[in-house]
Amino acid sequence: MTLLKSLEFAANARAAIADPKLQAALVNIRTMFQSGRARQVAATPEFEDLREAGAALKRETLANLDAYVARFVAEAEARGAQVHICADARSARETIAAICRAQGAKLVTKGKSMVTEEIGLNPYLVEQGFTPVETDLGEYIIQLRNEPPSHIIAPAVHVKKEQVAETFRAAHGNRPADRDLSTHDALLAEARAELRARFLAADVGITGANMLVAETGQMVLVTNEGNGDLTQTLPKCHVVVASIEKLVPNLDDAATVLRLLGRSATGQHASSYTTLSVGTRRPGETDGPEVAHVVLVDNGRTAMLGTPFEEMLRCIRCGACINHCPVFVNVGGHAYGAVYVGPMGSVLTPSLGDLDPARYLPHACTMCGRCAEVCPMKIPLPDLLRRLRFETHERKLTSRVSRAGLAAWTFLAERPRLMRAAARLGGWAMRLSGKGALRRWPLAGEWTRARDLPAPEGGGFVARANANRGD
Amino acid sequence: MTDLPAPRRVALFATCLVETMRPSVGFATLKLLKAAGVEVVVPPGQTCCGQPQYNSGDKAGAKRLARRVIAEFERFEAVVIPSGSCAGMVRVHYPELFEDEPDWAARARALAEKTFELTQFLVDVLKVSAVPGRHPGAVAYHDSCSSRREMHVHAQPRALLAAAGAEVRDVEHAEDCCGFGGTFCVKMADVSGAMVDAKAQAAIATGADTLLAGDLGCLLNIAGRLKRLGSPIAVRHVAEVLAGEPAAPGIGEVRE
Ligand code: SF4
Repeated sequence: MTLLKSLEFAANARAAIADPKLQAALVNIRTMFQSGRARQVAATPEFEDLREAGAALKRETLANLDAYVARFVAEAEARGAQVHICADARSARETIAAICRAQGAKLVTKGKSMVTEEIGLNPYLVEQGFTPVETDLGEYIIQLRNEPPSHIIAPAVHVKKEQVAETFRAAHGNRPADRDLSTHDALLAEARAELRARFLAADVGITGANMLVAETGQMVLVTNEGNGDLTQTLPKCHVVVASIEKLVPNLDDAATVLRLLGRSATGQHASSYTTLSVGTRRPGETDGPEVAHVVLVDNGRTAMLGTPFEEMLRCIRCGACINHCPVFVNVGGHAYGAVYVGPMGSVLTPSLGDLDPARYLPHACTMCGRCAEVCPMKIPLPDLLRRLRFETHERKLTSRVSRAGLAAWTFLAERPRLMRAAARLGGWAMRLSGKGALRRWPLAGEWTRARDLPAPEGGGFVARANANRGD
Repeated sequence: MTDLPAPRRVALFATCLVETMRPSVGFATLKLLKAAGVEVVVPPGQTCCGQPQYNSGDKAGAKRLARRVIAEFERFEAVVIPSGSCAGMVRVHYPELFEDEPDWAARARALAEKTFELTQFLVDVLKVSAVPGRHPGAVAYHDSCSSRREMHVHAQPRALLAAAGAEVRDVEHAEDCCGFGGTFCVKMADVSGAMVDAKAQAAIATGADTLLAGDLGCLLNIAGRLKRLGSPIAVRHVAEVLAGEPAAPGIGEVRE
């Protein structure tokens, strides 16, 4: 995971706000995702109970994660899968490449998977001589554009339809140059035709998993395109890559999570495809892989257990916090310069890696609390972001100006008379112009870029209120 | 909290923004509380609740200011604050702030339980249904994020404004933050600017000539953007309208 761009958050955000194409694309977040979720929640009177149940079952799973992982491994292996537990990104990448090599694979199809982004799988597979092809439409588009996803459930949400047409024209050179790509249907048909051949030719199919069910060894995969099913059933070998917090104890729990997931993510009561699968094709079955692997990725997660950040491991990657984040809605995902974006990303990125290169992410938030309000797993995202802010302050990762300013404010606030005198002086100076609102003011350059600075009314309150007592 | 016997004597924590930027809000709050029949004390040692420190990561600085507030206010029956975010700081965050200091945590919890946002105290605790102010006409109302989500204040200011004869209009996308966010507005000025622009445009679209809110941070932010856009909308704290005879011109305006 390279985080260099996270250090440029403010500049990235500025560029994003000035980019009209991106701004036009981001409107979809509101119209599709925010209103979709609102409709579903309104139509589900028990939604709050579901959230409670979802959070509770994940809490319980995390409290006994070792036992659930062990049970999952035993059940999945009994059904023909081989399970690999990988401590870090590198060992996960190497394990997956070794599986592909053992299959003599060339073409590898992939279902959408954020954890494979996290471990940097695609560049590694290419380096090792394999050809990974993303099969989720959004992922396919950004793979062709050589861009990272900008959203965990809608990876190409930053791309407009017209840009997709350009991308397809450049990538699919074998097709007539004068073809019509002006409609969603035309784009979809072309992507489908291109991908169909790849599905059939692939030697290995790699998918993520929305859940792993301990009691049955099954993986649960949710998609709206069916690409996950073609990826996992057509090639000879299927590899599931999932982070360890995807465990749920049993199928009842999986059902609870599914009810929360579709509603919170895309505003669907259920996604178009929900697939449960385990292990290899059994005698007499006509489809399914002959070889099945599950790669369980830790990559910093067990270190979060037992800390306040354990709460973050309840995340089911629905994206609701992202869709409702006023910062994300204005700047999109690429500004974060990280694999995971928005509120969940700004907690997860520094928790899984190092805070230093991600130091601005916890501050890219107004603490408005909307993310926690919509999170189906009741993760207290603002509180976790604030804890990371404490750490940035303690480790002096915040600017010297900001630390000095806070120290000065604390010093004044401990001296009420001095503070009031300073405020009177400042207020008097600001009113010298005779204007109620100032266009510019020393040290307020950032404030006055977008708005005027209302001048203080003057006079103070506390001293006058006490002088007037008895009025 | 609503079944408390109504306190007779309360402390007013005006907040540092009221002290430094808009004392009128303090006087309006005093008037409203007195009109509701309670005795009000304005403890002279009050300054800032420590929220800037807390949300910027300076936990030690926040604790220093929180200890002062607890010591200054814990002797009162109730503490009333004309700000959802400062009330939220005391009510929700002080107990969390002292999670590793049990003695202070207990004192913080005791204070938290009797701390109220102004309109919440008037409506839920004092059961006020009439106010001194009259404001016939339409007002746009902005719910601050902390009022809405931490203090669960939404109906209370609307009920009081209705009692003052006002027609309250919600702004579109009312759940969206205005982009103030304390130091966020200067640390992430571009994002904040985009957010406050959307909020100002939504306020203009209501057609109301007055915008009210219960938090001075949001009000200074939105007023600043409205001024920059050349909008004539008058921006005020809700207490000013409820108390009647607003003494000062709107935020960011000068007396003619
Ligand atoms: S943090 Fe909550 S809202 Fe955000 S993606 Fe995870 S589960 Fe969904």
